[in-house]
Amino acid sequence: MERKLKRQERRSAIIRYAVLTVVGLIMLYPLFWMIGASFKTNSEIFSSPWFWPQEPTVQGYIDGWRTSTPYTFGHFFLNSLYIVIPKMVGVAISSVVVAYGFARFEFPGKKILFGILIATLLLPDVVTRIPQYLLFRELGWLDTYLPLFVPQWFAMEAFFVFMLIQFMRSVPRDMEEAARVDGANTLQVLWYVVVPMMRPAIISVCLFVFMWTMNDFLGPLIYISSVENYPISLALKLSIDATEAFAWNQILAMTVLALTPSLVVFFIAQKYFIEGISTGGVKG
Amino acid sequence: MGGDSRFLGIAYVSPYIIGLLVFTAFPFLASLYLSFTDYDLLSAPKWVGLDNYERLFTRDRTFDKSLWVTLLYVFMTVPLKLAFALLVAVVLNYKLKAIGFFRTAYYVPSILGGSIAIAVLWRYIFAEAGLVNMALTGLGMDPINWFGDPQNAMFTLVLLRCWQFGSAMVIFLAALQSVDKSLYEAASIDGANKWHVFRYITVPLITPVIFFNLIMQTVQAFQEFNGPYIITNGGPLKSTYLLPLYIYDKAFKSFDMGYASAIAWILFVIIMVLTVLAFWSSKKWVYYAGDKRS
Repeated sequence: MERKLKRQERRSAIIRYAVLTVVGLIMLYPLFWMIGASFKTNSEIFSSPWFWPQEPTVQGYIDGWRTSTPYTFGHFFLNSLYIVIPKMVGVAISSVVVAYGFARFEFPGKKILFGILIATLLLPDVVTRIPQYLLFRELGWLDTYLPLFVPQWFAMEAFFVFMLIQFMRSVPRDMEEAARVDGANTLQVLWYVVVPMMRPAIISVCLFVFMWTMNDFLGPLIYISSVENYPISLALKLSIDATEAFAWNQILAMTVLALTPSLVVFFIAQKYFIEGISTGGVKG
Repeated sequence: MGGDSRFLGIAYVSPYIIGLLVFTAFPFLASLYLSFTDYDLLSAPKWVGLDNYERLFTRDRTFDKSLWVTLLYVFMTVPLKLAFALLVAVVLNYKLKAIGFFRTAYYVPSILGGSIAIAVLWRYIFAEAGLVNMALTGLGMDPINWFGDPQNAMFTLVLLRCWQFGSAMVIFLAALQSVDKSLYEAASIDGANKWHVFRYITVPLITPVIFFNLIMQTVQAFQEFNGPYIITNGGPLKSTYLLPLYIYDKAFKSFDMGYASAIAWILFVIIMVLTVLAFWSSKKWVYYAGDKRS
């Protein structure tokens, strides 16, 4: 009887692994194919669905890197960094400060404000987009990166504030109180006690910001008009417009490059993503 | 230290209060106001009352079409994606040796998900001579014209979203792993089968997370832009011309800011109504175990 049960168990385990593996391969195949195809010649891309290139070539990368503009793809990568870095720093600092205010202090209106914070999680960006554009236009910020990161300096990513509040709630307060007794002010407590304890959560916030900003398309599409200022996402769109249907290998090569920073960051730090998403329930 | 602490609390959250006023509250109200005006960026907004809304509902065939395909897209994508995410999470929730590996493999598409690069990739996978058609002909089937046929074009967009079930799955998985194991043991002693355990123990216990995922995915799906913009460009025959695309075109291509704001507000009201309905219905089906969930 017991033996039979064990055999059954093993069989269902095998089925489970088999299903998971097959589904996983189907899931990942488009990505493998893309990487393989980026090393193929243009004619080979059309001839076989197999991902491994027969005569590997980096010509797609060379031609793609040059782009159809006066700038190389590297120029656009740098542009993306000019947006990502101020945004990441701004989100991290402002979200930690605001989350600290919510998690550790009582003040009149706190409940209402927290309610608003949760409500804005659900507020579709689409309603505020047009007036925001008009506001930034008034300020003369069009075709600069300012609209893409200045709001984030005011803790405008409610997801992260919420996630950090959740995280702080689960951190015991003893050390903070001890530091207070020793005469530290709240800012010192925040910096020397809370921030170090929150490191995993803060890293996870930074990583999500990095990823989403590298991936952001609509923001730059609305605010950035000169090619010189294009980030990667717009440059990629430009390349498909410029070489429509002719140079698949170039486009796929640049697509691989555009995804590389995100993939590298994800694989180095995947535990932070998964922790972040399961504590805060991050969108995506 | 009471009064002191009050002041400090407000000081710490003040960046958020300022941001909220400047970047959310003001634009929110301004967009409502603009939706009652005619504004082309050149001269001051001109009050036109309900004209924009009237035009949308009575004279604008593109809007009807766009609204319809948006609803179609959302009602296909969200349930499919959530069902798939939950299914995979349940399978991964068994004691598995390589769980980390599978979790990562399933999560990668989501993390790259909304990126323009993935949209570009999708466009090439489903192109006439693309990967999918090569595979189909390899299997002896006829290639499919993915972007020429309205139904097929919509299908590729829905599939792209469903492919990105990973973050919903991670949230489900976290919830499943926090379910008290003794409940399962009790059920198995009582002779419950797997389906009963899933249906009467697991699902009720994770309803808060199902609810959370449902709301978030719906709000997001209504705002899908990159896919239809890059992959299908709204076509063919506007069959994938989702409302965010229409709003974008009206606002930033024809600079018809008032009209675009009116569309945005209709989209907002739809999302609001559905969210309120979901919250209202949640009293009947979402189960909160005491105050355990924090």
